[in-house]
Amino acid sequence: MATPVIQTDKLTKRFGDFVATNEITFDVQPGEIFGFLGANGAGKTTAMRMLCGLSIPSAGQARVAGFDVYKQTEQIKRNIGYMSQKFSLYEDLTVLENINFFGGIYGLSNADIKTKSEALIGRLGLQGEAKKLVGSLPLGWKQKLSFSVGILHQPKIVFLDEPTGGVDPVTRRQFWNLIYEAAHEGITIFVTTHYMDEAEYCNRISIMVDGKIQALDTPQALKQKFNAASMDDVFYQLARGAKRSE
Amino acid sequence: MRTLRFLLQKEFKQIFRNRSILVMIVVMPVVQLILLPLAANYEVKNINLCVVDRDHSSTSQKLVGKIASSGYFKLTGNRATFKEAFPLMETDEADLILEIPAGFERNLVREDEQKIFVAVNAINGTKANLGGAYLASIIRDYNHDFRVQWIQPSAFNQNPVIDVSSSNWFNPLLNYRMFMVPGILAILVTMIGGFLSALNIVKEKEIGTIEQINVTPLRKHHFILGKLIPFWVLGNVVFTIGLVVSWIFYGIVPVGNLAVLYVFVGVYLLAVLGFGLLVSTFCDTQQQAMFIMYFFMMIFILMGGLFTSIDSMPGWAQMISRFNPVSYLITVMRMVVLKGSDLHDVRMHLGMVALFAVVLNGWAVLNYKKTS
Ligand SMILES: Nc1ncnc2c1ncn2[C@@H]1O[C@H](COP(=O)(O)OP(=O)(O)OP(=O)(O)O)[C@@H](O)[C@H]1O
Ligand SMILES: [Mg+2]
Repeated sequence: MATPVIQTDKLTKRFGDFVATNEITFDVQPGEIFGFLGANGAGKTTAMRMLCGLSIPSAGQARVAGFDVYKQTEQIKRNIGYMSQKFSLYEDLTVLENINFFGGIYGLSNADIKTKSEALIGRLGLQGEAKKLVGSLPLGWKQKLSFSVGILHQPKIVFLDEPTGGVDPVTRRQFWNLIYEAAHEGITIFVTTHYMDEAEYCNRISIMVDGKIQALDTPQALKQKFNAASMDDVFYQLARGAKRSE
Repeated sequence: MRTLRFLLQKEFKQIFRNRSILVMIVVMPVVQLILLPLAANYEVKNINLCVVDRDHSSTSQKLVGKIASSGYFKLTGNRATFKEAFPLMETDEADLILEIPAGFERNLVREDEQKIFVAVNAINGTKANLGGAYLASIIRDYNHDFRVQWIQPSAFNQNPVIDVSSSNWFNPLLNYRMFMVPGILAILVTMIGGFLSALNIVKEKEIGTIEQINVTPLRKHHFILGKLIPFWVLGNVVFTIGLVVSWIFYGIVPVGNLAVLYVFVGVYLLAVLGFGLLVSTFCDTQQQAMFIMYFFMMIFILMGGLFTSIDSMPGWAQMISRFNPVSYLITVMRMVVLKGSDLHDVRMHLGMVALFAVVLNGWAVLNYKKTS
């Protein structure tokens, strides 16, 4: 087996007395689509931010793309893409300007930025919108754009925090097509979602309850293990006992 | 360097798309510079002056004549001695008593030096103090070799406390606007620069875009520079508009070199912007940043020497004003605009402000955390 691109060992984050992420341990293999599930408040975003080098863990160990989450946050940042739960491209810049800006920040050459933005706009069918302000786009398009910008610099891993929250079913399907394309190019996908049909698209999933990982396996194996007909059922059995769920 | 170019491009695009910023940097200086000097006009006329002329020479009479013809003073009689004049002050009939000692003309001619006594009525302090300042400038104008000694008959203050603000000497028309406008311009530049920079990073925190920035390998000092430079340019634009307005509306043309002003303001803006950026690295919401900036701006401005001369502040306040960048700008503005000071004259001020700039920006870079 290849070296995992994400390795965690008892990774923990506390906010005061509150343990948001509690000793989670797991590995993610290169090229995998890893589903990171859990009820609201389970600690998914918190865990993801630690893995992205945005937040220093309180305890435990983790390596992302081979780099340490305590000491090598800037190296990690060079090797990952991140799409936060809250839309965070610049709404007062156009589609092209956003692509340009983030391409530039990641140090892509001008020629690179040009070919990539053309390809990106073509793939998303945004030809008519390229010069429109991002704020004026519908949510589904924003999310697809945000994902595409997140992988512009061809990171090893991309972290997606509820990328399809509030997005219609057709666009969700398109979004997952984009994810598959990226995975096909060798980018490891680390994705959180509240949609169980999306969970089925993942190679493996973990389910977090109140800061802890309660189950981790392929969707198939989990259904068998919990004797459930669907992922919905598995999730329900596990998350039912959650105390944090709002 | 290339990264910085992308940051600047982005920042300028956002600024030019933001109507309110553009309105703020154009309309604010124009309106404030036209309104405030009118409202903040401290010019006082009809200051009651009692003259005790013990010299009775032509020189002393000429001096009194010059004072009387300045238009600011009303002579409320002559008295032979200070003792006789003093009751006038007690009954508030006189705001100032000017005593010209015997031998005034003689000493002036012989020793080229003579002291004059001015007593100030501390009850109506503003009027009397201003009157004192006017008087001093007239006397200095009359003869530069006069050394004026001030005494203030007040129980609280044994020592002479009135120090004539240097600007007045060089504002021979005693036009209060000449004095106020450069100061108000200084404050405008400070307010606009400070608030714009303080609110900007916080806004990115609020809308979440900073998260997307923080997850990139962008270097911290690039990020800060990317914020600093655009606001620096805006600050210079505001300053330039302000200079033009003061020229058109008040006919104020700096006596000193414009380049000196721009050099100083250039460095000063770095300090103020650094302060704004520092505040914004501490805050999470625009509201917090706003309150903190207001708090400091109030102190900076009220203690900056625009309305009250720093020299007449208590010692502790003078101490504080040494750490107040605004006071340096106001002083230098007046020095260069009214007095024609050059770079050499303002080198101490420039040094201090440069120090502020380095410390504040360095601190902002350190305090800006890409990883929390
Ligand atoms: N900076 C913080 N300070 C204090 N508590 C926090 C902080 N960030 C998150 N929390 C708390 O940690 C818990 C986990 O939050 P987190 O955002 O990781 O959950 P999540 O699994 O992403 O939930 P959701 O599905 O709603 O996005 C929540 O109870 C949240 O209130
Ligand atoms: Mg979350």
